[in-house]
Amino acid sequence: MQRIGVFVCHCGSNIAATVDVKKVAEMALMEQGVVHAEDYQYMCSEAGQAKIAQAIAEKGLTGIVVCSCSPRMHEATFRTCAERAGINPYMVEIANIREHCSWIHKDIEEATKKAVILMRAAVAKVNLNAPLKPGESRVTKRALVIGGGIAGIQTALDIADAGYPVDIVEKTPSIGGRMSQLDKTFPTLDCSACILTPKMVEAAAHENINIYTYSEVEKVTGFVGDFTVDIRKKARSVDMDKCTGCGACQEKCPSKRTPSEFNRGLNNRTAIYTPFAQAIPNVPVIDRDACIKFKTGKCGLCSTVCAAGAIDYEQKDEIITEKYGAIVVATGFDVIKLDNYDEYAYSQSKDVITSLELERIMNAAGPTKGHLERLSDGKAPKNIVFVQCVGSRCSDNRGKSYCSKICCMYTAKHAMLIRDKYPDVNVTVFYIDVRTPGKNFDEFYRRAVEEYGVNYVKGQVGKVCPEPDGSLTVYGSDLIDNKQLKISADMVVLAAAIEPSESVRKIATMLTASIDTNNFLTEAHPKLRPVESPTAGVFLSGVCQGPKDIPETVSQAGAAAVKAIGLLAKDKLMTNPCTAKSDELLCNGCSQCANVCPYGAISYEEKQVNDHGIRETRRVAVVNNALCQGCGACTVTCPSGAMDLQGFSNRQITAEVDAICR
Amino acid sequence: MPINENEEFRPKIVAFCCNWCSYAGADLAGSCRLGYPADVKIIRVPCSCRVNPMFILRAFEKGADGVIMCGCHPGDCHYSTGNYYARRRMTLLFSMLDYIGVEHGRTRVEWVSAAEGVKFSQTMNEFVEKIRSLGKNVRLGDLRCRN
Repeated sequence: MQRIGVFVCHCGSNIAATVDVKKVAEMALMEQGVVHAEDYQYMCSEAGQAKIAQAIAEKGLTGIVVCSCSPRMHEATFRTCAERAGINPYMVEIANIREHCSWIHKDIEEATKKAVILMRAAVAKVNLNAPLKPGESRVTKRALVIGGGIAGIQTALDIADAGYPVDIVEKTPSIGGRMSQLDKTFPTLDCSACILTPKMVEAAAHENINIYTYSEVEKVTGFVGDFTVDIRKKARSVDMDKCTGCGACQEKCPSKRTPSEFNRGLNNRTAIYTPFAQAIPNVPVIDRDACIKFKTGKCGLCSTVCAAGAIDYEQKDEIITEKYGAIVVATGFDVIKLDNYDEYAYSQSKDVITSLELERIMNAAGPTKGHLERLSDGKAPKNIVFVQCVGSRCSDNRGKSYCSKICCMYTAKHAMLIRDKYPDVNVTVFYIDVRTPGKNFDEFYRRAVEEYGVNYVKGQVGKVCPEPDGSLTVYGSDLIDNKQLKISADMVVLAAAIEPSESVRKIATMLTASIDTNNFLTEAHPKLRPVESPTAGVFLSGVCQGPKDIPETVSQAGAAAVKAIGLLAKDKLMTNPCTAKSDELLCNGCSQCANVCPYGAISYEEKQVNDHGIRETRRVAVVNNALCQGCGACTVTCPSGAMDLQGFSNRQITAEVDAICR
Repeated sequence: MPINENEEFRPKIVAFCCNWCSYAGADLAGSCRLGYPADVKIIRVPCSCRVNPMFILRAFEKGADGVIMCGCHPGDCHYSTGNYYARRRMTLLFSMLDYIGVEHGRTRVEWVSAAEGVKFSQTMNEFVEKIRSLGKNVRLGDLRCRN
């Protein structure tokens, strides 16, 4: 028989304003096994926890029910409190009367009634709780970073500096990511390459960092501290050890018609290529879909000119299997496709470009060598119109509901740079709101307006019409002067929304990490655990978690690294004791549980059993507690009811159902 | 059982929510103050595949008027495959329940991610509305407990 204490939290007025907490405590005393009930303003506070400890000592409590916020918030807090006071932490249950009750109901009587029922269900469960003891698992002291952009590079550097080996897996031929495509960065106008390339070099040279470029994560198994990952190293067709990076192959390659990914398709690259001059590693890749040798079998020029003999047409994909303790996702972002935005004539005119394309045009290493010119005729534009929020803050299903966060600032940067270099060019920016929350951001935007004379118009662009003379007519509204505008422009730049990289969904599924409706990875807690995934051992770095600029990405990358280091620094981890358990007297060894177990945690043993005096050897299921993650799939599949889940047992859940339906 | 015509029918509804997605979605609905009727009571389970059909039968037997099970979206299961098993299992169970008179409308499976507080609240509002229109569940109740 349990001796249960029920503790009802007011949570200031969060609970107490809608739930009669005294009544809940009073009703608790009528429940089976309850010998103590009290309410307090903040149960999670030191004083509140002291009350729990005191009651455990004085009343000899064996089980605790805390009626408070979500167990996802404070279950751990109260379990620790119970453990310190001398009872098993798994004898604590939480009745969620805040998120699931007081915050969503307005009527006090109704909310109180529901809170009482939730309390009853928790008490019914605790009556059947049994002490559980966590096991231990080892930690592989190696981290994996998925994505080699600035987020991934920074995370890897921070982990490596702490002394742990790190592998970076990057799907493109070079690390560097989106930041390597940028020309300048706001609000300081630093040259992007100048601040990024040293970091790339540092990562490549670091003794603790190993970089797999042109590689993808193929399979992930295991769990926190002990992940096993298969990495597919795609065939580069170039021997990385032999290649000297001289570039002769790229000069001679006759296949020159493939749109350059790095330059956003604004110019072409060869079939054998490095994405950009500062690429790391500086070893080219043969694009087998474009290569004449691979398509027709004739050519082989690159092999002929390669003095180092590095070209290897026979190279095959390689699968590398490695163990990791922690995984950091840093998969970054891409710009949305503009198919849904025909009114801006993006697909009709070469002079309607996205901001990232403008970034390449402005860059000295870009397709126009940094000269601002129209892609259609190479002429210098005289009137440029910027359109903000293309696909961001969209209330219909055409675009994204969220703000992409970086567009206001990079547009101010573009406008400023253009006016600085070409003072005779008129720049007009159509905006919904200008959002500049950030250090020195608003000052930067004001400089664009006040010092550089950029014409900001509050309003939206309805249509961009390409004219026969090659110009573009922009129809927009000016909300402040309440008039319709018709502007003749030579170039239109669209601030297209950003979205998580396409590969993130596949990676999230492999890692069993949650993802939201916009494909951003979900954090364990939006405020208190912003760089951790709810899946233990998986951390989030950069835009894969939500839109952010470079300084924020770098800070988050550092934070993710610290969390990963914290994990790697441990020798052993406590495992979840809520694992499956088989009753060997009921088990008939049918193997159904093993078939559904996603972790291979169930095996079969010939065991000597004593079934009510009959001694015999039977084939029975045995659960490996170190592998079992406690999903419960086996418990429902088991036809004889032998398999049960500790902490969420059949009897416990049935008791909760009964209490709720009582 | 006589039902007082004047009294508003308040159904008993049990919601099974998986710990990783739907329970978190319900928490988000709470912190965003997205209300739904107090008739819904949530039971936390580690995964939707932990929901034994026996729990649902038990709920109806004990007087529940509706049972809803929420889990991670297919493909997003924290345990990789749990919700696939749950999906198949519930399809069979619900059609069996329908066959013996517990209408399809009284049972529901919904996938709610941790970020879908709005969806959780909407789903619960819809479900309660549906159960209210169906009225009290008279099948499967334990006859011995009736007065």
